[in-house]
Amino acid sequence: MNFDFATIAFLGFAATAAIAALATITARNPVHAALWLVLTFFSVACTWIVGGAEFLGVALVLVYVGAVMVLFLFVVMMLDVDLAPLREGYVRYLPIGLIVAVVMLVQMLALIGVKAAAQVPLADNAAVAGDVPNTVWLARALFTEFMLPFEVAAVILTVAVVAAVMLTLRRRGGTKHQDPSAQSRIRAADRIRIVKMGAEKPPAPASAAEGEAAP
Amino acid sequence: MSDMPDIVSALTLGHYLALGAVLFCISVAGIFLNRKNVIMLLMSLELMLLAVNINFVAFSRAQGDAAGQVFVFFILTVAAAEAAIGLAILVTLFRNRRTIDVADIDSLKG
Repeated sequence: MNFDFATIAFLGFAATAAIAALATITARNPVHAALWLVLTFFSVACTWIVGGAEFLGVALVLVYVGAVMVLFLFVVMMLDVDLAPLREGYVRYLPIGLIVAVVMLVQMLALIGVKAAAQVPLADNAAVAGDVPNTVWLARALFTEFMLPFEVAAVILTVAVVAAVMLTLRRRGGTKHQDPSAQSRIRAADRIRIVKMGAEKPPAPASAAEGEAAP
Repeated sequence: MSDMPDIVSALTLGHYLALGAVLFCISVAGIFLNRKNVIMLLMSLELMLLAVNINFVAFSRAQGDAAGQVFVFFILTVAAAEAAIGLAILVTLFRNRRTIDVADIDSLKG
């Protein structure tokens, strides 16, 4: 049956995601952690695609794996961080971290009642029922009901880009910069100036100069 | 395939909720374990947002309502903005203090 294959695929992707997430938080090197996080995002994107959210799965890969994690890697490699002091409290906080995480997990799983919820199959995909692809289904909601939030999101992104540039921009003294407005304002007359002057004779040889100097 | 136990015979809402819960708890543990390293804290936050997004996608599918997936779209937008500004602050911090240790960022302490 087709459904069973989807479930097996989901379980495989979910297991990969969980293992990669564990490796992310335990990795010693932030570069390794970032790479494990990429695997986590990719596996979760696969589970979304299995679940019928194709557009978001692709968007997750594009936005997170393609942009955000590359940004993380870029920053991690750019900063020359001494890692040894940053891992000092690791062993000390390991027990409490594990206890909190495990207790929370047990509480959540009990709350959502996985055993019971796992008995009822997922509802039919609404997009497929409407005979449109997931992207079309999503776009119809996004560009009608959620048009204003969509534009606000664009503004947020623009503000974030400007803020990130402003935070990291610094003017250092002593560096040479080009000034594009000055470059385009320049005229030919400013670059080269023709000077009228008399023709100059080549300097005479030393012996001739001596003879002429006497009278 | 038909002789498999009932729990794996079909993809259910519980599968997605369990995955979201597991990833959320892992990221909480990550915040505890790496509480000195700002980069690792930011990565754990991204993981936590992802865990929440899984729940949105799952409920959107179960309810047949596009609003959940549209909301994930907006969360992705805001998370990207947050990562960009967070990393910019991190770069500025490292430039000024030569450290990214959370314990050293205490100049607001009275």
